[in-house]
Amino acid sequence: MNRRYLKAFLVAISVVAAFVILHYGCQESKDLVAGDEAGRVYVAPGTYDEFYLFTSGGFSGQIGVYGLPSGRMFRVIPVFSQDPEKAWGYSEESKPMFMTSHGFVPWDDAHHPKLSQTDGIADGRWIFINGNNTPRVARVDLSTFKTAEIIEIPNSGGNHGSPFLTENTEYVVASTRFSVPIPNKDVPLNSYKENFKGTISFIKVDKEGAMNVEFQILVPGFNYDLAHGGKGPSHGWAFFTSYNTEQANTLLEVNASQNDKDFIAAVNWKKAEEYLAQGKAKTFNTSYFRNYFDEKKHMGISEENKSVKVLIPEECPGLIYYLPTPKSPHGVDVDPTGEYIAAGGKLASVIVVHSFSKMIKAIENKEFETTIDGIPVLKYESVIGGEVTNPGLGPLHTEFDGNGYGYTSSFISSEIVKWKIGTWEVVDRIPAYYSIGHLCIPGGDSRKPWGKYVIALNKITKDRYLPTGPELTQSAQLIDISGDKMKLLLDFPTIGEPHYAQSIPADILMKNSKKIYPIEENQHPYGIKAEKETRVVREGNVVHVYMSTIRTHFAPDNIEGIKVGDVVYFHITNLEQDWDIPHGFAVKGMQNSELLIMPGATESVVWTPLKEGVYPFYCTDFCSALHQEMSGYIRVSTRGSNVAITYGTGK
Amino acid sequence: MKTQSKIIIVVASLLLVLTFFFPIWYIDLEAPQYPEGIGLEIWLNKITGQKPHDLANINGLNHYIGMKEINPDAIPELKIMPFIIIFLVVFGLVSGISGKRSLVYIWIILFIVVAAVGLYDFYMWEYDYGHDLNPNAAIKIPGMAYQPPLIGAKMLLNFNAISMPHLSSWILVVAVVLSLIALYIDKKLIKKDEKHA
Repeated sequence: MNRRYLKAFLVAISVVAAFVILHYGCQESKDLVAGDEAGRVYVAPGTYDEFYLFTSGGFSGQIGVYGLPSGRMFRVIPVFSQDPEKAWGYSEESKPMFMTSHGFVPWDDAHHPKLSQTDGIADGRWIFINGNNTPRVARVDLSTFKTAEIIEIPNSGGNHGSPFLTENTEYVVASTRFSVPIPNKDVPLNSYKENFKGTISFIKVDKEGAMNVEFQILVPGFNYDLAHGGKGPSHGWAFFTSYNTEQANTLLEVNASQNDKDFIAAVNWKKAEEYLAQGKAKTFNTSYFRNYFDEKKHMGISEENKSVKVLIPEECPGLIYYLPTPKSPHGVDVDPTGEYIAAGGKLASVIVVHSFSKMIKAIENKEFETTIDGIPVLKYESVIGGEVTNPGLGPLHTEFDGNGYGYTSSFISSEIVKWKIGTWEVVDRIPAYYSIGHLCIPGGDSRKPWGKYVIALNKITKDRYLPTGPELTQSAQLIDISGDKMKLLLDFPTIGEPHYAQSIPADILMKNSKKIYPIEENQHPYGIKAEKETRVVREGNVVHVYMSTIRTHFAPDNIEGIKVGDVVYFHITNLEQDWDIPHGFAVKGMQNSELLIMPGATESVVWTPLKEGVYPFYCTDFCSALHQEMSGYIRVSTRGSNVAITYGTGK
Repeated sequence: MKTQSKIIIVVASLLLVLTFFFPIWYIDLEAPQYPEGIGLEIWLNKITGQKPHDLANINGLNHYIGMKEINPDAIPELKIMPFIIIFLVVFGLVSGISGKRSLVYIWIILFIVVAAVGLYDFYMWEYDYGHDLNPNAAIKIPGMAYQPPLIGAKMLLNFNAISMPHLSSWILVVAVVLSLIALYIDKKLIKKDEKHA
């Protein structure tokens, strides 16, 4: 071959090879984690994580409980959705927890877990979470990790902007995502501007945690999105974002994105309390339910409320102001000092940070642009504290590390951006995989952030895990923020959608965690204190079985005299007083769910046998070496039979 | 007896009152399933769990091997022991205040007899619980008894039973040692007096 040709050929081959290497080589470089990251997240067997992480289950309606830094899951707390594993929503005791003005609603989508606070710092008593669909707020007791209360919010079209707190958990606040006619009525949808209204609700929380919708504020018919209570100097105020100030009722993606600025509503709730005391509130008739779980009776109790107090801004000057904020603001986050209010304008090119002190000055000087339904709109220039430029695309939420930095999630550019409070300059950024929504720093919404980590709560995982068909796992990412540069440590899967999360040092909660329910305190009306009290009682076609469990038998475990057509209530008391010894209960063909009864608790489940025969029942939670022996039989006779009720164990 | 010794005897007698406030003996049960610990405390007048529900839980576990339920009400010694201690306190005070050496000797002998009988009695109860088993028990291992040691450790199936004296036992020991010291000092002081005289 001619030498010249050979040379040209070799050149061509090299160029092709170079491109091939470049092409495939680049694909290989996909963010490999290296160095000591594995050691940073390794929690040795038998040792504890440093933090608890509570993630919302999003559309699962529950709360996931994880440890950090390991990302290990400990528990799913059933809140708004039925859970047959724990009989939540199936047992007679828990059914009342699901009552609403729409009847029994067995699910919801839940977004924002929020730890109760004292002096603006998470105190570990409770965690609250919103139900968006059928507007509700739940309170979970963190000594039992059990849902203790669910309150419905009247005059709300959807409860996304909730539950956010005032500094000492005086109030849980909620704002309506969808405006609707208030009171709700049958109107043409295109009469939105004339008929639709929004509400902002203040739910009072008493010392024991009991919730009550103390008052609502009737606000213009926008979409209210998120909120945060003030802290320190801004304690006494709460801030709510709004969008769709265009008041569109169709094709919101376009029609609600037209205005250059929407609003943050700043509510002076101390002023609201004054107006309330002066009797300025109107009483609106409505219907909403408050459901709470009596821990001594082991019983959910549901009560209907028929009215709510409503304040009208036009009649209450100084109650509420609008802060103009660019492009459909989403998150509204107050920094640890209480001075700065960061807004995530989800279509904005900057993060706008309002200044609380400037806002107060602007109010004093009446620097108003205009007034909407009695609500003064402050001048943007008068309230602005700073603008973070180049914050990534689609900034949503900000949390703080307590060292003078804010961390903002940017959904569209899928990254976390770290910026300095005061100078407003971006100092670091790190990609999130993929499409981060909220983010969480332990204590990052409070007066005292514990810092150390930021957790990215992502919407999409694509190729991050082994595929599981069209529905992929959801995921969070643990990022170290202890140094100047953020550093990705760990991906870990979560239940539902990890919409938002809150984290708290483990030692605050661990010491309060209950091990058992003392049997002597059990006041369940169908509970028993000892095996000798077990019995079967017929009342017409209703049969009450007072049954006990203890390793490793049921009492009674042989029951005869049940007839087709009977409604049988099994009231099972777990007499165990030992840590981590629940018992389960299930009868063959159970149409609702099994029971899982904690030590010292009583739970009831109803059973209506359809055919005569013999039905085994057994313990479903592997409790002891003789768990398989923990079983019994129920004899079911025909409707008209005269088999008498008899029962016993070991006879 | 010299005043110094009298005071020591009185203090030793009053120390015995403390035995009402602390257990005499304890039995720790160690097993993989109980990382938080489980065990019994034997007092003058009662048997309790180390934690609120330990006694009930131990009884629950014991039913698998057919052991009788440990029911403090069924142990008459627990009703008698407080009176014996009160008697020893009073006897000690009388012998201390009166200063009669002979009474102190009797007191110490009584003391040792009570301790010896008490230990023997404790052993017999342990023997009874460990051997008098329900023949219908779920777990039956031929030749296996479940008597915990009087003092020391022993494996009983998955449990390592550790039986040791608790504070009140040490209080008793201290009281005896104190009274012996009182006697010794007394003898020395008397000798000293004799020398000077």
